[in-house]
Amino acid sequence: MEPRLLENKREFTLKGFFFQWEWMLVVLFVAMTIMNVNLSEFYWNFDNLRDATMSFLDKAFIVLPMVFIIILGDIDISVGSIVALSSVIMADLYNHGVPMPLAMVICLLVGTVCGYVNGLLVVKFKELSAVIVTLSTMIIYRGIAYILLKDQAAGKFPEWFNFLGWDYVGGVPFILIAFVVFAIGFWYLLHKTTFGRKVYAMGSNITASRFSGIQTDRIKIIVFTLTGLMSAVTALFLTSRMGSTRPNIATGYELDVIAMVVLGGISTSGGKGRMIGAILAIFLIGYLRYGLGLVNVSAQTLLIIIGLLLIFAVSIPKLKLKQKR
Amino acid sequence: MSMKNRGGQPVVVAASGGGSPSQAAASKKSLSANIAKFRELGLLAFILILAVGVQIRNSSFLTWENINDIATNTAILSILAVGMMLVIITRGIDLSIGATLALAGMTAALTVKEYPGLNPLVAVLLGVGVGVVCGAVLGFLVSKINILPIIATLGMMNVFRGLTYEMSGGKWVSAHQMPDSFKAIATGKVLGLNNLILIAIVIYIVAYYFVNHTRTGRQIYAVGSNPDSAEVSGIKSGRILWLVYTVMGGLSGLAGVLWVAKFASAQGDTASGYELSVIAACVLGGVSIAGGSGKISGIILGSVLLGILNNALPMINVSPFWQNFIQGMIILIAVLINAMVKRGIDRNNLMRRRI
Repeated sequence: MEPRLLENKREFTLKGFFFQWEWMLVVLFVAMTIMNVNLSEFYWNFDNLRDATMSFLDKAFIVLPMVFIIILGDIDISVGSIVALSSVIMADLYNHGVPMPLAMVICLLVGTVCGYVNGLLVVKFKELSAVIVTLSTMIIYRGIAYILLKDQAAGKFPEWFNFLGWDYVGGVPFILIAFVVFAIGFWYLLHKTTFGRKVYAMGSNITASRFSGIQTDRIKIIVFTLTGLMSAVTALFLTSRMGSTRPNIATGYELDVIAMVVLGGISTSGGKGRMIGAILAIFLIGYLRYGLGLVNVSAQTLLIIIGLLLIFAVSIPKLKLKQKR
Repeated sequence: MSMKNRGGQPVVVAASGGGSPSQAAASKKSLSANIAKFRELGLLAFILILAVGVQIRNSSFLTWENINDIATNTAILSILAVGMMLVIITRGIDLSIGATLALAGMTAALTVKEYPGLNPLVAVLLGVGVGVVCGAVLGFLVSKINILPIIATLGMMNVFRGLTYEMSGGKWVSAHQMPDSFKAIATGKVLGLNNLILIAIVIYIVAYYFVNHTRTGRQIYAVGSNPDSAEVSGIKSGRILWLVYTVMGGLSGLAGVLWVAKFASAQGDTASGYELSVIAACVLGGVSIAGGSGKISGIILGSVLLGILNNALPMINVSPFWQNFIQGMIILIAVLINAMVKRGIDRNNLMRRRI
């Protein structure tokens, strides 16, 4: 839509550099930190800040591929259900005598297959929006989890499985290391490969992309499949963290994930946004939750705050656009 | 993509009533009408077969009491389906209705708890008022700020749900705290018909008149089938969107009061996830997610089918844990069949153009 997007190099201006959404996020982050420090004396403590990542980074794995999906102009609201289904299948298999490492691999496979099915449906039925496709698979995936486990919890995992959610490697939480590795990988994929450029092109104008020889269907399927796989990664960390699983875990994750992506400056109309914004947003929301949790702000108030943040984040660019016209 | 658009354009013109009804457009209309009719007949046949099948397994299914039960239980769903249909026709979706319902229900419940002597009608109006405000906020976000409906309603869903918890302090309002007059809203009968059924019937009659015989009603379809040409032909599409979300909010508010009165309890998590059932009812009833089409008769059938399923599955000893899965599969299959039928129509239209 905007030809400027297709330019290889934008003119570098100091004003352009500082008036970016990412800087806005940095400012927000600093403001949030100052607020949290004033709210609680326990906030500004290295150990606490480090350990907080263990409780909010689990869903961050889904944020990374969701950036791709939103840039494509699509949406996937089935991710929470994929987390639940892959986690439940892993626990169920383990409790039926399958060795844990194999169960973990199957967990990743289940997520991948779920994502692939989403992608296939979205691509084969282009007249349907991804909203309705993933809405129905969201119900189906969680439905299967309920069929398998009824209303019970499954757990009793081996001792070493706690490693994922609770342990440190060289003083750094393992989940943080894993996240950094994945984040660099996805950042590279989005910004430094032709695959990433194609995703941007498809988000800006899918018809033009197809006519210029991009295999749009294939890319879409890959992106949805990746989202399924990363949901399963989240399932591994979350299950390890909680020590057991239930069919209703990760309810509402889709909202948190989409909120982080949108807050990260990725436009819901597709074609715009950068990985770094989403990563900043993950830590912004994560530490906001942590800080407000320290002073006993209830989970329900947090719901309101996250909801308003989401609305705020999508409104700002739209309002700016209007003024320009 | 481009072909599909070309195929779709004349239909739009015919629907908004602006263009010259050429011969091709006329015959096309009858063709799609035929398929749509077949679609509804198919749905009806499916409902009948399902009913007979369940009846064979459990003879208490088709008794007057049980049918009355199904109708009462389906009433709230079908009321919400009317609003959701309007929203989906404009190419939108509203995921916040479960939360709006809970907020309105909680407001009404807390009010009657404080003032037990209150006329139940006031409680109903209060709930509707809360819903209208919620809907108007959504309408503002969608129409004026241009936020995608799914994002706006996802965000506000959290806000409304959070407000419900805040308002009640996490506590329930349970049966003994509600006056009998309030609970009577859902249990009372007029002419042997439960109030809920009666209210649903009234809403359906009004909605039928509204979407088929008023200018605003037709404009909703025009905005949904082609926003650009609707704008060009002088329809204030922003206002239509706002109206649609406000109506949806009002209906959710009404449904909230009815829900709380029926179950005699208001909780923070009332009706969470109910939006999915409502969307399912619409999709089953042939409301196209792509916007622009959907009929009142369709959503009646869709709601009834879901209502029967909810009632029948436990009756033939299907585990409640299968219900999610079955419901999801039905939505998916219905959506896919809708898409295939649409493809068939488009293909036929293309063939026709060549002559």
